Amino acid sequence: MPFKRHVEIGRVALINYGKEYGKLVVIVDVVDQNRALVDAPDMVRVQMNFKRLSLTDIKIDIKRVPSKKTLIAAMQEADVQGRWEKSSWGRKLIVQKRRASLNDFDRFKLMLAKIKRGALIRQELAKLKKESAS
Amino acid sequence: MAPKSAKKVSRNPELIRGIGKYSRSRMYHKRGLWAIKAKNGGAFPRHAPAPKPSLPITKSPKFYPADDVKKPLLNKRNPRPTKLRSSISPGTVLIILAGRFKGKRVVFLKQLPSGLLLITGPFKIYGVPLRRVNQSYLIATSTKVDISVVNFEKFDDKYFAKKVEKKKKKGEGEFFEAEKEEKNVLPQEKKDDQKSVDTPLIKSIEGVPDLKTYLAARFSLKAGMKPHELVF
Repeated sequence: MPFKRHVEIGRVALINYGKEYGKLVVIVDVVDQNRALVDAPDMVRVQMNFKRLSLTDIKIDIKRVPSKKTLIAAMQEADVQGRWEKSSWGRKLIVQKRRASLNDFDRFKLMLAKIKRGALIRQELAKLKKESAS
Repeated sequence: MAPKSAKKVSRNPELIRGIGKYSRSRMYHKRGLWAIKAKNGGAFPRHAPAPKPSLPITKSPKFYPADDVKKPLLNKRNPRPTKLRSSISPGTVLIILAGRFKGKRVVFLKQLPSGLLLITGPFKIYGVPLRRVNQSYLIATSTKVDISVVNFEKFDDKYFAKKVEKKKKKGEGEFFEAEKEEKNVLPQEKKDDQKSVDTPLIKSIEGVPDLKTYLAARFSLKAGMKPHELVF
């Protein structure tokens, strides 16, 4: 089982520790064995330890240390944000955020909806059981 | 006195805080005090001191305490109602945390002058009457009910005060009838007040889908709920 996601210039990663937790960044250069230079459209370019990054499947086509404008253009072209939001990992994070921000009233409405859904499923199941039994 | 023309500027610039550039004698000259004195015949002009009001004749006290009596410290406390949390505003749904109605979700009406909060169930559907609760025993949710239709101006702390009953001396014969006196019946006026507050409130609650059932349900912590991470 070889590694599939490599640290390379253009690899999109998710920051998993620290103040910038949860941000998508692009690796624009490798500083040494442990650190990379990362950049994102809304942050200052900064060095980060690899341990703080979780590599994703997304890779964009850029040269070493591109200018901010070039980087933003390349990210738009590769549709990094769109691909991320469609990926199952990205979708999970979005759902997690939404669940965490639920109001007490929202949680109540959610509970009602779950009960309704369960009731419908059980109805259908009962129907199917009856048909298969007869 | 001539009115102050502008803000008085010092003629002695500050070198460092507390130290001016010019000495006392220089400043005397700069301010022109010599000229004012010359104009007024060698002395700085003074106006006559305000007449002292004549003090009433006090007699020396007849009694001096043997030891020094300590005076109690001055109390300048200005009592005011507790600061209302920014998350609580009229119409907010609150969760009661203690007491008979713990876990119940109620509607906040206003803060009374004593600092306590006036809330109502409303009573008809939820069994919580017009009641005073302390802020510390409430969680404020971010759900709000439209409360502008309700008129609750007349309620204040005196409305909720306990009625003081005259103590009756119990005679022999009254011992057996004592039970009848104990029962506290809520006066009809209070029931009418409750109704007048509740009916418009219930209408606005029914306007929002699911809000009625939401208020009917009690709040409880379930498995996996972390109160410090919950958004209310």
